[in-house]
Amino acid sequence: MQAEEKLTYETWPASPEKSTLEAKNKFLGFWLFLGGETVLFASLFATYLSLKDKVPDSTHHLAKDIFSVPLTLVATMLLLTSSLTSVYAMYHMKNFAFKKMMIWLGITVLLGFGFLGLEIYEFNHYVHEYGHTFTSSAFASAFYTLVGFHGAHVCFGLGWILALMIRNYKRGLNLYNAPKFYVASLYWHFIDVVWVFIFTVVYLMGMVG
Amino acid sequence: MTNQPLSSSNPRVDLEYRRKKNVEEMRHQVISFTLMIFLTFIAFAVVALKGFTASFIVPFILLLAAVQVVFQLFYFMHMSHKGHEAPSMFLFTGLFLGLVIVLAFMTIIWW
Repeated sequence: MQAEEKLTYETWPASPEKSTLEAKNKFLGFWLFLGGETVLFASLFATYLSLKDKVPDSTHHLAKDIFSVPLTLVATMLLLTSSLTSVYAMYHMKNFAFKKMMIWLGITVLLGFGFLGLEIYEFNHYVHEYGHTFTSSAFASAFYTLVGFHGAHVCFGLGWILALMIRNYKRGLNLYNAPKFYVASLYWHFIDVVWVFIFTVVYLMGMVG
Repeated sequence: MTNQPLSSSNPRVDLEYRRKKNVEEMRHQVISFTLMIFLTFIAFAVVALKGFTASFIVPFILLLAAVQVVFQLFYFMHMSHKGHEAPSMFLFTGLFLGLVIVLAFMTIIWW
C-alpha cells in the first residue's frame, strides 16, 4: 500500500499505523525514543528520591506540608481520562471515521489543557504560599525539575496533537497521516504512564512522609 | 511497498469481522480504564485515610502503580498486539537501566 493512495472505508487496512514502510519506520523509531524517555524520567525520579526533603533549615516546607490530596486526585483523573479518550480516537481511526477521531482528539486536548492549568495553579500556589521556589532548596529543585519536565511533555503533546489536527483538518484520513496520529497518541499514553509514577512516588509517598 | 493482501476474497465479510474485533477491543479498553480508575482511588484512599503505616502504604501503592502501568502499556498502547517485539525490547531495556539508576542513587550514593 502507498501513502498517497485514496482509500475508502472498504479498502482501509486493518493496521493503518503499520501498513506502509514509512509507518513501520515511524512506529519502530518512536518506541526507541520512548525507551530513551524511560531512562530520562528514571534519572529524574532517582534525583528526586535522593533529594526529597533535603532542605537547608527548618523554615523550609517538606513534602508532607505542601501536597494535597484533592488537587492531585483531580489532576490524575483528568490525565487518566484523556488517555481513554485518545484510545477512542484511535478506535475511530481504525474504523476510518475521521470526524469521530477528530472529536475524541479534541476532547483529549481539552482534558490535557485542564491538567496543565491545574499544574500551573499548583506551582504558583507553592511559590506564593510556601516559598517553595526552584532555587529555595535541593528538594524544591528536584521536585520542579521532575514534575515540570512532565508538564513540559504535556505541553509539547498538546501542541503536537493540535498541530496534527489543524494540518489534516481538510485532508481526511489517509495512510500518510494515520501513523502520525497513532504515534502522537502513543506519546500521550506515555505521558500518562509517567504521571502514574509521579502521583504515586512524588505526591502519595510525599504525603505519607 | 505492496503488502497486506486482503485476507478474504469477499472484502465485506472481512470488514464485518474486523469491525466486530475493533468493538470487542474497545470494550476491553474501557474495562482496563475502569480498573485503572479503581486502582487510583484505592491508592489515594490508603494515603488519605491515615489508618495505615508507611511501611505498608509505600510498597502497596508502588504495586498498584506497576499494575496500572501494565494496563497502560499492554492495552492502551497495544503492546499486547502482535509485532511489538522490538518495542518491548526498547522499553524493557529502558526500564531496566532506569531501575538500576534509581537503585544506584538511593543506595550506593549517599548525601
